[in-house]
Amino acid sequence: MSESVLVGGQLFNAISVASILLLAALGLALSFGLMRVINMAHGEMLMMGGYLTFVCTQIFGKGTGFLVGLVVAFIGTALFGALMEATLIRRLYGRPLDTLLATWGVSLILQQAARSIFGPIGVEVTAPAWLSGSISIGGTVLTGLSIPEVRIFIIALAAVVLGCVTLLIARTRIGMYVRAVHQDRAMADALGTDTRWVDLVVFALGTGVAGLAGAALSLIAPVTPTVGQGYIVYAFLVVILGGLGSLTGTLLAAIIVGVFSATAQIWTSVSFSDVLLLVFVIVFIQFRPRGIAVSRSRALDEA
Amino acid sequence: MAISEVTVKNATLLAIDQINASGGVLGKQIVPVIEDGASDPAIFAQKAQKLIQEDGVVTVFGGWTSASRKAMLPVFERFHGLLWYPVQFEGNECSKDIMYSGAQPNQQILPALDWAKQKGYKSYFLLGSDYVFPRTANLILKKHITHDGLTVAGEEYVPLGGTDFSAIVNKIKVAHTDIIFNTLNGDSNVSFFKQMAAAGLTPSKLPVMSFSIAEPEAKAIGPSLLEGSYAAWNYFETLPDPMNKKFVAAYHAKYPGQPVDDPMAHGYLDVYVWAAAVKKAGTFNIDKVRKAAATLSYADYGLGETKFISNQSLEQTAFVGELQPSGEFKIIWKSSGPVAPIPYDPLSFPGKACTI
Repeated sequence: MSESVLVGGQLFNAISVASILLLAALGLALSFGLMRVINMAHGEMLMMGGYLTFVCTQIFGKGTGFLVGLVVAFIGTALFGALMEATLIRRLYGRPLDTLLATWGVSLILQQAARSIFGPIGVEVTAPAWLSGSISIGGTVLTGLSIPEVRIFIIALAAVVLGCVTLLIARTRIGMYVRAVHQDRAMADALGTDTRWVDLVVFALGTGVAGLAGAALSLIAPVTPTVGQGYIVYAFLVVILGGLGSLTGTLLAAIIVGVFSATAQIWTSVSFSDVLLLVFVIVFIQFRPRGIAVSRSRALDEA
Repeated sequence: MAISEVTVKNATLLAIDQINASGGVLGKQIVPVIEDGASDPAIFAQKAQKLIQEDGVVTVFGGWTSASRKAMLPVFERFHGLLWYPVQFEGNECSKDIMYSGAQPNQQILPALDWAKQKGYKSYFLLGSDYVFPRTANLILKKHITHDGLTVAGEEYVPLGGTDFSAIVNKIKVAHTDIIFNTLNGDSNVSFFKQMAAAGLTPSKLPVMSFSIAEPEAKAIGPSLLEGSYAAWNYFETLPDPMNKKFVAAYHAKYPGQPVDDPMAHGYLDVYVWAAAVKKAGTFNIDKVRKAAATLSYADYGLGETKFISNQSLEQTAFVGELQPSGEFKIIWKSSGPVAPIPYDPLSFPGKACTI
């Protein structure tokens, strides 16, 4: 009986972890896939989203404050992303190593700024009352399993965000420009697409989604100046595993990583399951160097 | 300096000021030289060497993590200095150049197990961050739990700073344990208690005994999450000891509203014991001071009756506290007297002993 509860619980955790990874990696997949920019400050966008949510809950109370926080986190980090793109990244196109260094610098500055403003010890966002319970499952083999509402909320949020981003890219005019730039930047440029503007929008959207991820994370973990560092590695892992520039690939990779670590943790410890995960990704990349979903793009062919 | 090290520094400086105000040591005033280890073991070692060789200090108070102590140890042995270490640690070390005032495992962890046994808990779940202190503490705990005929319901580690406890909460749920022994470090505690509460397992439903949560951590994490959980230390701010009341009052006069905790009390005690040892030895000579320190009789510096014994660790009382909504610990249990420090647990490390 307890065995089935453990396995059932881990299956749910797999989806829960996958949803968090998806939120953290989606923005990275967008900017990395489209612009070939490695944004080392992506983790700090999560951190910023978390702190913005914290500030909102302090101002508006924990119920409405959290909902306001989600919106503020998205808009705030998106604006910061736009500022970063316009002032820094735009000037370093085609120089991936310089971008790497520059965004790493931004990451350090943001971490230290958070430390100076909020202190080195994490701040805490209390989940609103309607999210603080858990749902128990009874009457089946899974009796005794209870699922925290916050995790269901994060899964729903990830699904909504993924849906919106997919619609945006597949169905809107700006999405068409994004696809055009992704497939052939030079040709899109020649046909009159304002590629600079597309880059700005995509980068801002990516950082905004990371801010949302940070807001969601604040429900289950403290917001600390270094909270982003814990997720950036997994986010990159998901992007690489999924294949550059593919949203489907990113989704699949997030689910694979979530299921893999949750399953491994039934038998081993958290530390060792991390080791197994990294070994798995290394082996996988040997056989499929371009990840799960190979997207056709001239930009990638040249790289 | 980490935030918790700054408060230990403050407590150490408070003791120095008080001793200076009452005439100093052997007619001399103590002049503190302050160095910052920057949370980097290599810098701790470098600064320790600088203090001994360039500044020519008579003794050093400090060190924080076990990694920082291990990095400084060869420096103190090679250049002949004396370090007073204020933090509880995993034992398994014994050097004539270090005075260990923080708890050995048998003064913090094992007394907590004694308390849990008296409460009738039979099944124990061990959870910690993945580094030397939790690994060693749980190694010792496991030996004693099975030796006493009790059961270990599970043992789990998360990487330092880890925030995902979904699998561990799940395992705790199916383990049907009576109590969790928690050696998680820092912010991981927030994630852990939060995710436990979200799954319906608050400390009032499933007791948690923590070894790295003192007053400042409780304040930072928020008493609402931790209320009803337990902690084991050799000092709590609420100790009804007249010397402690004086210490806390003096500290609050200088730093109003800030909590006082176990490592701070040890930092404060270390300076007083050093001064007493210098007075007894009549010299600042390091070898004579450390030998004198181990022969002083019981004295009260705020932690109740304590004294250093020949293995250069502190004999001290163990306490268990229960966290109140106010963020203070209510002392609910104490050992039957001061506990003699044992650096090498005989059950876990048979045949190893401290020879100084």
